[in-house]
Amino acid sequence: MSESTIVAQNLRVVRDGNVVLPDLSLEVSSGVVTGLLGPSGSGKTTLMRAIVGVQVVVGGSISVLGLPAGSRELRSRVAYVTQSPSVYGDLSVGENLAYFASVLDARRESIAGAVETVGLGGFEGRVVGSLSGGERARVSLALALLGRPEVLVLDEPTVGLDPVLRRDLWDTFHRVAEQGATLLVSSHVMDEADRCDRLFLLRNGRLLAENTPAGLRAATGATDLDAAFLGLIDAEGAS
Amino acid sequence: MSPRIAGATALRVLRQLRRDPRTVALLLGVPSVLVTLLHELFADRPEMFQRIGGPVLGLFPFVSMFVVTSITMLRERVSGTLERLMTLPLAKLDLLAGYAAAFGLFAAVQASLVSAIAFGLLGLDTIRSPVAVVGLAIANATLGMALGLFVSAFARSEFQAVQFMPALVFPQMLLCGLFVSRSEMAGWLRAISDALPLTYSYDALARLTSSPSLGVRFWADLAVTVAAALLALALGAATLRRRTG
Repeated sequence: MSESTIVAQNLRVVRDGNVVLPDLSLEVSSGVVTGLLGPSGSGKTTLMRAIVGVQVVVGGSISVLGLPAGSRELRSRVAYVTQSPSVYGDLSVGENLAYFASVLDARRESIAGAVETVGLGGFEGRVVGSLSGGERARVSLALALLGRPEVLVLDEPTVGLDPVLRRDLWDTFHRVAEQGATLLVSSHVMDEADRCDRLFLLRNGRLLAENTPAGLRAATGATDLDAAFLGLIDAEGAS
Repeated sequence: MSPRIAGATALRVLRQLRRDPRTVALLLGVPSVLVTLLHELFADRPEMFQRIGGPVLGLFPFVSMFVVTSITMLRERVSGTLERLMTLPLAKLDLLAGYAAAFGLFAAVQASLVSAIAFGLLGLDTIRSPVAVVGLAIANATLGMALGLFVSAFARSEFQAVQFMPALVFPQMLLCGLFVSRSEMAGWLRAISDALPLTYSYDALARLTSSPSLGVRFWADLAVTVAAALLALALGAATLRRRTG
């Protein structure tokens, strides 16, 4: 049975004088893929940064796997992929993987596994700087898969990827989740919402809805998730 | 602190350097050309070359490593790799030690090459072993690296980072005693010179290459150089933040 591995309570984050997350509480379960959706500027990235412990938090609390977010013990158990690929452009794919595998003390086999998963077999010798944007994003994702993390926080990991690869990656996300990991994946594309087991809809730093894709449609009477999202926003404005 | 992670970081930094052969060629070639120019410049006054040649050898790595580290570390900050590393089981000290090992090694290669040219081809004399000069050069490289690491926190672009060189390196070069002996400086200039770390590493180099007895001053100079490098490293470490706003 799944349990809550990420618990945020009354989380408050202020960046450059702007209140990004005024008072957010949510729980993310293991064993499923949870989608974090919302327009850009809704606070998705800030929430993810708070979960991995790189964001200064003003108030409230956030715990991951029962420990305060950002704890030293969590650094080998939680993986984070930023929106823009954070990889060394002047190193080859293989050199990037080898370095991060050393830092994580991950086994050599996990390198091959990660390369396979993101479809970069045969790219090991290529310098990252010469790759396309989508390929670079996959290198960044592969680095996060090293060392079998228990929690994966992925900020728009499929942006700019072709449909076949996107489908394959979403299949991978589900496979990883079925093995017991917690996956939190952000997107601002609603058609990706349908691939998630659970959804959080975020707007202006507030939780607009928490549901399954089917439940969301039923609750709003909309057929597609775009319409469901817009319905929720209108309903919020009216109240 | 993990030797495995520090070692992997050093290897990674060296691999990054290897991918940039033009920079490596410039780092090795430019000091070689400059020391040759210096030799030719004082062709009629060989005693001048003998006086400043040795210290200058030890100062090149300071300048080179300042620039290289400030740019490399700025790239880590801008590209998001630093933030990624900060989410991983890597201690700040691992990162600093990795950088220090990689650039220290590179500085040793640079100083050895330039020393071989100066002592071997250009007839520079030192009353002590050229190995000691290379050793001091590595200490200076560490000082340059530590300062470069520190200032990278205050630059938003590579353009700004490069501007820190004239701002922080040139005044130290002018006031360290290389161009005008410190005893001939106006009192207030000398007071500034007293506060700059390069003054002490220059003095150590000058004593090492031409002073018959090293004396207490040499060891005091060396201690100040090492202490300044450690202080700059500590300040640099303080700029590596796991959590940002």
